[in-house]
Amino acid sequence: MIVGEISRISGPVVLSEGMRGSRMYDVVKVGEQRLNGEIIRLDGNQAVIQVYEDTSGLQVGEKVANTGLPLSVELGPGLLSSIYDGIQRPLPLLAEKSGSFISRGLSVPGLSHEKRWEFRPRVKMGDRVTGGDVIGTVTEYHLEHRVMIPPFVSGTVRKVKSGEFTVDEPVCTLDDDTQIPMMQTWPVRKGRPYQRKMDPDTLLVTGQRVFDTLFPVTKGGTAMIPGGFGTGKTVAEQTLAKWSDTQIVVYIGCGERGNEMTDVLTEFPELVDPRTKYPLIQRTILIANTSNMPVAAREASIYTGITLAEYYRDMGYDVALMADSTSRWGEALREVSGRLEEMPGEEGYPAYLATRLAAFYERAGRVVCLGSDDRKGSVTVVGAVSPPGGDFSEPITQNTLRIAGTFWALDTSLAYRRHFPSVNWIKSYSLYLDQVQDWFTAGGFSDWKDLRARAMYLLQKEVELQEIVQLVGPDALPESEKAILEITRMIREDFLQQSAYHDIDSFCSLEKQYWMLRVILSFHERVDLAMGKGVPLAKILKLPVKTDIGRMKELTEIDQIKNLITQVDATISALEAQR
Amino acid sequence: MKKAPLFTKEARAISYVSGPLIFIQNVKGVSFGEIVRIILPTGEERTGQVLDISKDIAVTQVYEGTSGIDNKDTRVRFTGEPAKVKVSIDMLGRIFSGVGKPRDGGPEIIEEANLDINGMPINPSARDKPADFIQTGMSTIDGLNTLVRGQKLPIFSGAGLPANKLAAQIARQARVLGEAEKFAVIFVAMGITYKEASFFMRDFEKTGALERVVFFMNLADDPTIERIATPRCALTAAEYLAFEHDLHVLVILTDMINYCEALREISTAREEVPGRRGYPGYMYTDLASIYERAGRVKGKKGSITQIPILTMPDDDITHPVPDLTGYITEGQIVLSRDLFRRGADPPVDTLPCLSRLMNLGIGPGKTREDHRNVADQLYASYAYGRDLRKLVAIVGEEALTELDKKYLKIADEFERQFITQGDENRSIERTLEIGWELFTLLPDEELKRIKREYIQKYHPAYQKG
Repeated sequence: MIVGEISRISGPVVLSEGMRGSRMYDVVKVGEQRLNGEIIRLDGNQAVIQVYEDTSGLQVGEKVANTGLPLSVELGPGLLSSIYDGIQRPLPLLAEKSGSFISRGLSVPGLSHEKRWEFRPRVKMGDRVTGGDVIGTVTEYHLEHRVMIPPFVSGTVRKVKSGEFTVDEPVCTLDDDTQIPMMQTWPVRKGRPYQRKMDPDTLLVTGQRVFDTLFPVTKGGTAMIPGGFGTGKTVAEQTLAKWSDTQIVVYIGCGERGNEMTDVLTEFPELVDPRTKYPLIQRTILIANTSNMPVAAREASIYTGITLAEYYRDMGYDVALMADSTSRWGEALREVSGRLEEMPGEEGYPAYLATRLAAFYERAGRVVCLGSDDRKGSVTVVGAVSPPGGDFSEPITQNTLRIAGTFWALDTSLAYRRHFPSVNWIKSYSLYLDQVQDWFTAGGFSDWKDLRARAMYLLQKEVELQEIVQLVGPDALPESEKAILEITRMIREDFLQQSAYHDIDSFCSLEKQYWMLRVILSFHERVDLAMGKGVPLAKILKLPVKTDIGRMKELTEIDQIKNLITQVDATISALEAQR
Repeated sequence: MKKAPLFTKEARAISYVSGPLIFIQNVKGVSFGEIVRIILPTGEERTGQVLDISKDIAVTQVYEGTSGIDNKDTRVRFTGEPAKVKVSIDMLGRIFSGVGKPRDGGPEIIEEANLDINGMPINPSARDKPADFIQTGMSTIDGLNTLVRGQKLPIFSGAGLPANKLAAQIARQARVLGEAEKFAVIFVAMGITYKEASFFMRDFEKTGALERVVFFMNLADDPTIERIATPRCALTAAEYLAFEHDLHVLVILTDMINYCEALREISTAREEVPGRRGYPGYMYTDLASIYERAGRVKGKKGSITQIPILTMPDDDITHPVPDLTGYITEGQIVLSRDLFRRGADPPVDTLPCLSRLMNLGIGPGKTREDHRNVADQLYASYAYGRDLRKLVAIVGEEALTELDKKYLKIADEFERQFITQGDENRSIERTLEIGWELFTLLPDEELKRIKREYIQKYHPAYQKG
């Protein structure tokens, strides 16, 4: 083991001498308190170390011990419903050890090594297995946790056990004496291998109208949510974590508020997954590295999170990963880079910011997993971005824009008038529209793209008309254009706005979304027609059916919504008849 | 920081002095972050903290400033201890300097504990969810941006706006409904004038709350660098009172902009790469280490609620200090010059205001079932009315539809009746009642944000009939 000596301390960065022979990203134990750290630069005898814990009290000359291992996580049954810090230390265990406040130098394994799990084998003696093959299953809550041969291992099964085991007891032995326990470890900075990537073509149903209908993201896709403070990034991320139709959700609170994590921790056990009816917490893994926790661990938390996500992907599951917020991660990079006295790039961020961001987002995707059964899994990444001053021209937003497939731009002025989710429909986009077309068609919504295009056209038209109104007043517009303004107001208020806290409306099924939009657009068609026959717009707008449309969010039966189309037709026809 | 050293290290070893920093040469066994006593040739003693150590140099910031320090006769003594503050329940009613020494002429306190001012981060899984509604008696806060116990809700002010008056009024009126619990206020002054500080003192005195208040004063003419320690000392005391003595502590920090200036000064002296507007790149993390020291902890009765006040330079909310603050705190109360000129008191601009924890503190059993709906509807209506004002400025009021004229009216009345309240202490019921009175200006079908049953139950028009 290589043991060095501290020669300099500057905040979270420590220089150590006598470290020749160490590798980049080796984990080291720093000082007498054995603080966790990681080597981030090698220079002759010297190693530069970022320390995941507060360095107060360290002295020059204290020992630095290299563990020779990269920063790794433990993967196996017991991850679900856990809450970890940035380097996979279970926070409840830390609380047991050191009380309500986190003290330093604690080492706790990521998984419980005492808990016994019922292992049911799927292979038998003599089977040939390679990396990724499922050798047995464990029931983790209601999920079938598939125990896999680690990547790059293969051989013939000599012995396989059945029964209750802890995660580090071997359950399978190969003919070359390789012992396979239920747990694997994996270095977080390295993506887990797969056979090949596939084009993402399945919609990630989130139950949010503005996301699913207007700016969809696919399973295995990437999305970014930038927005100034108070625009609802965190609420959006939490809503996605609640309602996305994936089997697993990894939620990373990266440099954000402590009370928010408490919120998730207390709310998720009470909420029920609308599809499986099990508590949401049972499919969720939380990584909490709040803003006052050490900055280097914040940098690692993103990688810890995505490695856990990839592990469940490898079992053939769909995983959604929420990172709130990637800006805080970028700032952690900047802080460490500043301490290293590296030449700064734009706004003090290191020049490698774009590369690191791209490398992270590229770990998303829909893949054919390792293993002979060619199962498919996906990791969808949704990253929140917190641009300073809400200014999207800053480096993290711009560099993420180049990579992310869906862009949900949150807008301060919408948030000010409590239009939530405050997604700006003019600035936002999705690059997956063509890819999900077939999926929508197969689901029975073949004219989704057409409806969407009509809604988007109207919303764009509204912007132009508003400009005219600002100049000359609303009276100068012809009736048909006044009608457009009324319709877009309905699209905005009755369709796009969706309360995350409403008991019914917080989740809106795809079918309901589709029919809600159909109702509004068919109302428009009918209004146009009636006005052509000389019915004044003001009269139509007074119809009670318009108020009913405004309340359709609260309806639970699809037929009630479909029925509105008939009602619209009937009441407007009646008006026409009066003429 | 392990054991107290058996001997103290003292040396005449200052090699370089720049701004608030001194560079000490050739000392062994120095810990990162430890406190250094600096003894001037005149015998005066100052305090510093180690910021960076390498084999032969320890960079130290001097809290009381470096004037008078020379690099020949000034001695330095390493204490081997982190910055600490003595805390005790007897702090209530006393006035301390920015580093926690008595400055009211009274005796030293008898310490119950001597604690590291940097504290330790609260384990997120040990946090308890804030849930208790605090009635501040201010309609704009209670009705629209509810404060709950354990929240950090800053006031963004502008030069000359009455943020202090608002903060004092909140401190005076704040209470949790149906409870008479032990509370304390910790008032942290950073770089404000004596006049501002004495305003608060007088106000606390008037209400008889003075013996429940702890003052930490770093006034405008006190050393700048001391401000780095001031909020940390105060919050250490707050944590002690909240989690050891079960008090509900309200911490008022003013003015955060002065704190950030001090941070910038040190960063510049250390020749660090500057971030936006010269503030250091780690300012977010640094501010978080202050603001995150609010909340509730499982198994403890007390709580810490923070109201930081900051003056936005040039009323610019995108300035790095309000911007980063807004990203850390759980909402913000924003004062507006425009409303101030129009006589609104307090001039709270509700549109950019927010309380992220509002939903935890309102609703049936806490305030009233219609609270959320009323707040949403007031927001939507007022925002629309404000938009119309711009339009009226261009095309005149005649060009508006009848409905739009009503919205214009509701925006005016909202400012006049709901926002403006002067010294009145309003109950939450009264606040919601005013909201409903305003809704009578609009036709019912415009009240889209409100459930129908609530309209039936609370709308004044239905109550009469």
